[in-house]
Amino acid sequence: MSGRRLELLLLLALIAGAVIAIGLGESPLSAAQYHQALTDPGSAPGEVLWSIRLPRVLMAALIGAGLGLAGAAMQGLLRNPLAEPGVLGVSATAGLGASLAIAGGLAAMPGAIELAALVGALLAGAAVVGLAARFREPEVLILFGVALSAFAGALTALVFNLSPSPVATAEVLAWLMGSVENRDFTDILRALPPMAIGVGLCLYSAKGLRMLTLGEEAAQMSGLPMARLRVAAVAGSALLAGASVAAAGVIGFVGLAAPHLVRAAVRDDPGKILRPSALAGALLLVVADLAARVIPTEQELKLGVVTALFGAPVFALLAWRAARSWRA
Amino acid sequence: MSAAWTLEAVKALRGKALVLDEAFLDVAPGEVLGVVGPNGAGKTSLLRAGLGLMPLETGRALLAGRPVGGLNPVERARLVGYLPQERRLAWNLPALDVAALGAPDLPPGEALAVARDRLERVGVPDLAGRGVLDMSGGERARVLLARLLTTRAPLLVADEPVAGLDPDAQLLTLDLLRAEAAAGAAVVVTLHDLGLAARSCDRVLVLDHGRVAAEGAPIEALSPEILAKVFKLDGALIETPAGLVVAARRTLSR
Repeated sequence: MSGRRLELLLLLALIAGAVIAIGLGESPLSAAQYHQALTDPGSAPGEVLWSIRLPRVLMAALIGAGLGLAGAAMQGLLRNPLAEPGVLGVSATAGLGASLAIAGGLAAMPGAIELAALVGALLAGAAVVGLAARFREPEVLILFGVALSAFAGALTALVFNLSPSPVATAEVLAWLMGSVENRDFTDILRALPPMAIGVGLCLYSAKGLRMLTLGEEAAQMSGLPMARLRVAAVAGSALLAGASVAAAGVIGFVGLAAPHLVRAAVRDDPGKILRPSALAGALLLVVADLAARVIPTEQELKLGVVTALFGAPVFALLAWRAARSWRA
Repeated sequence: MSAAWTLEAVKALRGKALVLDEAFLDVAPGEVLGVVGPNGAGKTSLLRAGLGLMPLETGRALLAGRPVGGLNPVERARLVGYLPQERRLAWNLPALDVAALGAPDLPPGEALAVARDRLERVGVPDLAGRGVLDMSGGERARVLLARLLTTRAPLLVADEPVAGLDPDAQLLTLDLLRAEAAAGAAVVVTLHDLGLAARSCDRVLVLDHGRVAAEGAPIEALSPEILAKVFKLDGALIETPAGLVVAARRTLSR
């Protein structure tokens, strides 16, 4: 399958998925109500579709695309199929930023949690970018990311530990599980600028990611401005991962799994895989959020829980199949 | 004719160890220079230092007369193509795409056309669509050689291009590099097979503990004294119908 056809196919699937996700939900509508929603957006069913579900679906698609793209860029940069957006430690520091904001009682301020998470991500992102500019070896970034994740995780646990009120702790925990519940267009507009910059940077790095297939030194000698492309990939992924966590909490597996869903179709090409990964990520998260809404549970399922619950077994299956092909 | 690549009195460190000590190298368009020496003699370091991949403590490295440190990536790639010793490829791209990575300066269509031509030249046109991780080591080595040739650079630097290849592929590889030299390129290869170096290279540079122990025509550079001193071999280059070969045994006194 050519890259263009794959992208078109994924785009159509994403649109179909989004239409279904807007149509279905916790509160079932009758045919007449659907009609009313389409003809009179101001009516009650119209409100449900266009003011509650539509922004939620758009947000899920946006976050999924960001995570899928960041995951693909990280896998290309680190030349490692196990890399994911959180590998740089940026997701963990974004989570820490949000936790601090919630524990500090800022949850009621509009945009405060998002801002704190983004600041956490940007601080870590800047450190990782500085590192990427100095060192060519992917191992350096991976090890630093592991350390950063562990440290931010420990500090987040400390926030729980020292939090005076169990309510705040529960709130932090709920937020960390990831969700796009109750997001409106303002939330989307707030997430859009950092994500747009992240998308631009990642796509710009595509030719460098392809060249890295040959290894660091051959890429260095290839004539491409590798230092700049490497920094673009790291900064772009950090922005996408950070903005995703800021907007929707920690949502695992999408960034790891999305590139693997399309890898075979682009014949492993780390540059051509970027856009399909974004589309696949968006599709995955729209479907996962739909599942979170329609699976009848006492409390609505958290998106991060759904992606991990369904994503992990599917991913294990993919890994199993890939491992068999490696051994052959 | 002006040199394509010159290293003068180069000292370089890896960690705290001195890996190059007053080393030098020069190669002109149209010739094949072989760099030989025991493991750890500094062959790869010499190439990396000369390409600007490793800092110099002292000395100079010039590509086409210009200091390598002052070149931007595009200028450097226009002057030299490099085939590193490391042949691990990260992804299972089709061979044609890998070979085309040698020409990021060309529009994609043209790069693919050049790559297809070079795959043909290295004798594996039928592998164009095959994933590089689905190949044998020898096939992959040819694809990477095609990638080097796709750079169309006037200086080709190959670090151990024949390591792990069967005898026929070794000879083919050096024949192809000789053909590039005949067409006007300067070629530098590091080799472990002294006989192959003697037969295929116009000049040989012998490295020992980071210093240039000998340099010149193969028969002179690989003299019995150098074989004994640098390689701990008791023997000599001898002329045969198939070219020079090294007849030697390990020296008994070590």
